[in-house]
Amino acid sequence: MISDYFSIAFKNLKHRGIRSWLTLLGIFIGVMAVVALMSLGSGLKLAVSSQFGVSATELITVQAGGLSYGPPGSYVANPLTIDDLETIQKISSVKQAIRRNMDSGKLEYNNHLIFGYAASVPSGEDRKFLYEQLELETIEGRLLKDGDSGKVVLGYNFYANKVGLEKPVLVGKKVLIQDEEFEVVGIADKQGSLIYDNIVLMNEADMKNLFNYGDVVDIISVQPRDKNNLDKTKEDIEKVLRDKRDVEIGKEDFQVSTPESSLAQINKILNGIQIFIAIVASISILVGAIGIVNTMTTSVLERRREIGIMKAIGATNFQIFIQFFIEASLLGLIGGFLGALCGASIGFVGTMGINAWIGAQVQPAISFWLIFFSLLGSFLLGGLAGILPALDAAKQNPVEAIRE
Amino acid sequence: MVKKGEESIVLELRNVEKHYHMGDNVVRAVDGISIKVKKGEFIAIMGPSGSGKSTAMNLVGSLDVPTQGHIFLDGEDISKFDESNLAQVRGKKIGFIFQSFNLIPNLTARENVMLPMMFQGLELDEREKVAGDLLKLVNLEDRMNHYPGELSGGQRQRVAIARALANDPDVILADEPTGNLDTKTGEIVLEFLDKLNKQGKTIIMVTHDPHLAQEHAQIVYWLKDGKVEKITRKKK
Repeated sequence: MISDYFSIAFKNLKHRGIRSWLTLLGIFIGVMAVVALMSLGSGLKLAVSSQFGVSATELITVQAGGLSYGPPGSYVANPLTIDDLETIQKISSVKQAIRRNMDSGKLEYNNHLIFGYAASVPSGEDRKFLYEQLELETIEGRLLKDGDSGKVVLGYNFYANKVGLEKPVLVGKKVLIQDEEFEVVGIADKQGSLIYDNIVLMNEADMKNLFNYGDVVDIISVQPRDKNNLDKTKEDIEKVLRDKRDVEIGKEDFQVSTPESSLAQINKILNGIQIFIAIVASISILVGAIGIVNTMTTSVLERRREIGIMKAIGATNFQIFIQFFIEASLLGLIGGFLGALCGASIGFVGTMGINAWIGAQVQPAISFWLIFFSLLGSFLLGGLAGILPALDAAKQNPVEAIRE
Repeated sequence: MVKKGEESIVLELRNVEKHYHMGDNVVRAVDGISIKVKKGEFIAIMGPSGSGKSTAMNLVGSLDVPTQGHIFLDGEDISKFDESNLAQVRGKKIGFIFQSFNLIPNLTARENVMLPMMFQGLELDEREKVAGDLLKLVNLEDRMNHYPGELSGGQRQRVAIARALANDPDVILADEPTGNLDTKTGEIVLEFLDKLNKQGKTIIMVTHDPHLAQEHAQIVYWLKDGKVEKITRKKK
């Protein structure tokens, strides 16, 4: 029986053509935004998280600079130095702290010139520690060893021809870095991170010669003694560095971050964006619902005669109510359906875009339940918006309605 | 005429009054009417505009309830029914034919005929079958899937007749059924009403046209100022 009301409602909406479509717009935009956000937002989070995923979770990173997120190696007023490194190494809750430098420079190969990052690899025990922490392995060739001079290991994207050299770089080839020739001895495994998959790794001595940074340290990677208590070690480092660099709490010119705290910060920003979009979407949906109330109210006025006829030929008040209620629900449902369709497409294409951009492999988070609840929600919302107009329709007096 | 002298009364108005309030004035649109309609009769309610004819039709068609008096449909007093019960009763027992056809424009001829059955809760396939049969009866089997806008006035009124018959009602109530039709098309519609009457349906026609009333109805109630002025019977 209920299907009859649906089929009549559908005909009525179809009959009203452009007006029905315009009414759908609010719900459509709102649901589209929500679905796109949900399917893309999770993708975005995963993508950003995956960038952090490459550094082992029990590492603490110390960088110079305030709260800014400049790329490593960019200019800072008061850089970290070997002194700072040694100070950190003396802290009792620190098991090991190593120096890492990153610098941007040019690389030539196959008559192409690109700019990118080079990162230093320390020697001895520190090298072993770094390889372990990064879980660094090669898919071709080997990793750098102590005493490797004039040799580099390249990130996966060089091998996959994704860095703009128009030709994959293979083990054994020679590349020019800052006009010096280097031999490629290995290609690192895919890390799923924009920075690490495009990087050039070289031994500290080579790096120092090439970029001439002296005592400046870009990053200090710290392994705490107790890996279940990163925050304690983080506080220790902060305290010691504050004293050494003579700055007050809250005015640090350095930053100590655990992967967790970095992630939390990224998530905070992403959440802010999500909340903003969610608010815009809610407003849109609300406007859409008011649009449905408006359209249905107009519809009741226009169709008073029709309501009168239906009552004359035996429709009860309840049946009239149901008819208009379902029409409103259907308006919501169709808007929601189209919105979910477009939103899911945006989520899908957007996630593919993110993947292509950062070289990650994130799945779009389009779930059955997301679609289900957005459809159910828009159906119920339409119905809710339709209650008053439908009650109004049911109350029409057949005698007066027919006479019009 | 009626098959054997069957005496069962389908519809009875007993001292029915309907008052409307116009500001401080009370308008007695129907002022004490008593009408008895026997099963299988063709009666006409005749009167000029302002005679209370339309109000009488609404009461007879149970579209409205009287201020005073009683209306019995099939022996049941419907004068105190609430709106939903009234709707169910008229949907089942009364078929309406209106002057302006009153088809639903968004529905095809067949869907229009199916509508009264939907409100009575009939299954879809049965509704489709009955609607098809009824449209065949009014010679519109080739117009079933046309919308009212695509049909001529006469065709629309025939769809309305088919719709009036949908729930196989005891009474067909026709309100100026030929008012919007030319003479020739009007005749065809009236022929249908005569035919239905011969098949045993009770017909109540409301009209302002005395010739029409006298030619087709066996009993004519002449209304004036909300009262029955006279009753005439067809001689035969």
